[in-house]
Amino acid sequence: MRSLSKAQIITYMQALTNRAKQVERKPMTLLERAYLPAIFKGMAITFGHMFKKRPTINYPEVKRPFSPVFRGLHILNRDEEGRENCTACGLCAVACPAEAITMEAAERKAGEENLYREEKYAAKYEINMLRCIFCGLCEEACPKDAIYLSETFAPANFQRKGFIYGKDDLLIPNPITEPEAFAEARGNRAQVAR
Amino acid sequence: MAEEIKTFKVTIDNITIDVPAGTTVLNAARQIGGEVAPPAMCYYSKLQGSGGKCRTCLVEVAAGSTADPRPMPKLVASCRTTVMDGMIVKNITSDKVKDARAGVVEFLLLNHPLDCPICDQAGECHLQDLGYEHGKEGTRYEFARRTFEKEDIGPYIQLHMTRCILCYRCTYVADQLTDKRVHGILDRGEHAEISTYISKAIDNDFSGNMIDVCPVGALTDRTFRFKNRVWFTKPVDAHRTCDTPGCCGNVTLWLRGNEVFRVTARKDEWGEVQSFDGKPGWICNTCRFEKKKTVDWVIEGVTKVNRHSVISQGNYENLVMPKETIQEVMGGREPKLLMDIHDESEVNKPGVHLSEIAGPAHSDVFEENR
Repeated sequence: MRSLSKAQIITYMQALTNRAKQVERKPMTLLERAYLPAIFKGMAITFGHMFKKRPTINYPEVKRPFSPVFRGLHILNRDEEGRENCTACGLCAVACPAEAITMEAAERKAGEENLYREEKYAAKYEINMLRCIFCGLCEEACPKDAIYLSETFAPANFQRKGFIYGKDDLLIPNPITEPEAFAEARGNRAQVAR
Repeated sequence: MAEEIKTFKVTIDNITIDVPAGTTVLNAARQIGGEVAPPAMCYYSKLQGSGGKCRTCLVEVAAGSTADPRPMPKLVASCRTTVMDGMIVKNITSDKVKDARAGVVEFLLLNHPLDCPICDQAGECHLQDLGYEHGKEGTRYEFARRTFEKEDIGPYIQLHMTRCILCYRCTYVADQLTDKRVHGILDRGEHAEISTYISKAIDNDFSGNMIDVCPVGALTDRTFRFKNRVWFTKPVDAHRTCDTPGCCGNVTLWLRGNEVFRVTARKDEWGEVQSFDGKPGWICNTCRFEKKKTVDWVIEGVTKVNRHSVISQGNYENLVMPKETIQEVMGGREPKLLMDIHDESEVNKPGVHLSEIAGPAHSDVFEENR
């Protein structure tokens, strides 16, 4: 087989784009050989950035504001008296395209009126955050103002079982006993939608 | 020589059909089928004397008959009007009918609490369908709605009088199916309510059928109360040989996994109980409330559900369970990391059998099984 030189191969090969550049093999000039000017030039760029506005923030100490339409982790809402709004009507679960929501309903007993707003409530309510696509359809389907997508992310976890969120994780703090935590958890989103 | 059955030619929404004399306009329209059939909340073809109360089946009669082609001056209730030869009826082609029906829906909803998120009938409620298809969005009613305490009539049936639209179907069931009627309508007009006299329990073998005939959620199954939403349960046709005289034994089971959450009579396309061998397929209370295991039944197949119904959301087509394919794909090996959802999830726990609880679940049921 006929052997080809490197230059011949390059000429035979068709360039993929017209931006291909032949590498310059000229000997360096005196200034280039002096080394230090190029170092100072590079350092000037480096130190110049110290006086510019920083594009990054120190997460998690500093957090960027969320867009008002951001859809994050779900919260189960309570009314002003601290009673759970959810009546386990199942509309969020039927609206959910990822089938992430499951629930089991129970009847409110006498004496539980301060816990649940309606005679039926969700005894169990679970969202599988691995399945959830944060589309917000559950929030739109809810007739009772009970579920909202808040302005937080689902925290990372090493195991899958950490992503099955039950009522303990989803329920908003009680507005009467813990008003600050309630306000923080509710954020601005619930108010915007109201 | 057999007497020839006289037939009348009637035109409903520009579709002409021959029906026997004495047929009502509603039944003639149902023979045509589809959208031509007016909705009916109180009329029930299997209950004699029903109809004429709710006014949802109002139609316009554009020509009374060939002999007297004058139009009828007012809209008529099609369930109570018999056809005449050459009658021309307008249902969905008439704007007057559409407007009147929207008004009727508004009337029916005057005192209705609209607690559909709580109500067990939601998803198969005729009033919900009616409101969705024919109703207007708002109401002009400004006064307080009448409310009642919910009442247990017997161990199996719960009466929510607040939701009742006074269609009288359940009282016809009591009259025509049971030997002793112990409930009926008390008071008149605005104050009318269905009740048993001094909350007397209803203990008749066929009393459960009043749940099936109720077009709204006024009479509901206590054994199914709050157990699940109807559209998350899987309807299958099943039968068993029942000893109770008069019980047809053909039912629809509403399953969740292998648990029988609810048993109802089989319904036809008009939401009425199907007929078997020419007789209405009423079922007895034993079949309905006490046979809550799949071993009690011979399952025939998945019930055909209209694809526009929310009950069809699960897309159930057959009874075959999908098989686990992981081992097949991995050459017989078990995966090293596999999360069993029951280890973590508290919903549908294998130890909790909601179908075995007599009434609705309470907080203690779930507390015990944490």
